[in-house]
Amino acid sequence: MSTLHPSQGTKHETGIVADPAIPVITITREFDAPPAAVFRAHVDPELFARWCGPRTIDMRIDHWDARTGGAWRYTAIREGEEIARFFGSFHEVREPDRIVQTFTYEGGGDGVSLETLRLEELPGGRTRLTGVSVVDTLELRDLIMASGMEVGVVEGYERLDELLGE
Amino acid sequence: MTDQLSRVFAALADPTRRDLVARLASDGEASVGDLAAPYPVSVQAVSKHLKVLEDAGLVSRGEGGQRRPVRLEAEVFDLMTRWIERYRREAEERYSRLDAVLAELSDDQSVKQSVEQSIEQSIEQERGAS
Repeated sequence: MSTLHPSQGTKHETGIVADPAIPVITITREFDAPPAAVFRAHVDPELFARWCGPRTIDMRIDHWDARTGGAWRYTAIREGEEIARFFGSFHEVREPDRIVQTFTYEGGGDGVSLETLRLEELPGGRTRLTGVSVVDTLELRDLIMASGMEVGVVEGYERLDELLGE
Repeated sequence: MTDQLSRVFAALADPTRRDLVARLASDGEASVGDLAAPYPVSVQAVSKHLKVLEDAGLVSRGEGGQRRPVRLEAEVFDLMTRWIERYRREAEERYSRLDAVLAELSDDQSVKQSVEQSIEQSIEQERGAS
């Protein structure tokens, strides 16, 4: 019921589960690339910055040490203006199949998410990614998901603006 | 918006309440007595569960005295699935961009630099910048 299965007909749909009982979000996705490459796209700062944020937003990597015991910090910039900062630690980085990190939205209270990423090798040089995010309250989990919604709404209006401007 | 969702999630945090909702989803509506029958708890306990579901907007009680039927409110479910779907779509957009990066990686044979090196470089740049 709170599970959305990948819909049929698309190549690689993202699956997501928000458990009603525990403050967890689970995401699954498959890639047409071996685990080593998917892993690299998560730990190489230059590559990571190219895909992690919405198209309209530049990610400025302020600190990046993707090694066990390391840390990270980046700033989201839209049209030259800083709109959000995020930081966390790399608890464990184990090539080529496991990354455990914390994630905090700076200025958003004391909320912290523990994110465990698992990469499984599939036949034909492909990869299945499973990401589990755990926070300490259902309220924070709901807020995280709702904030994603806000971004979606904002982007939707932006697209509408473009459309109306034509 | 988020408040209602929080109530919905809190209401569904209990396995008996989830089961009640699942049964209403397949049967449409039912009396409290019918709903309570399969559980090893009192009708009063089930009534309390139904009250929580009602306060969250997940079920409504029909008019008409003792045998008011309990109905599932489909709109609230729609609200929740829409909200999850939005988050899912955002993750999907991000991973589509990752698809593109990975496609480029496999094409580009000149990418020989190790991750370790690029991390060292980024830390060097950071020192230079501060």
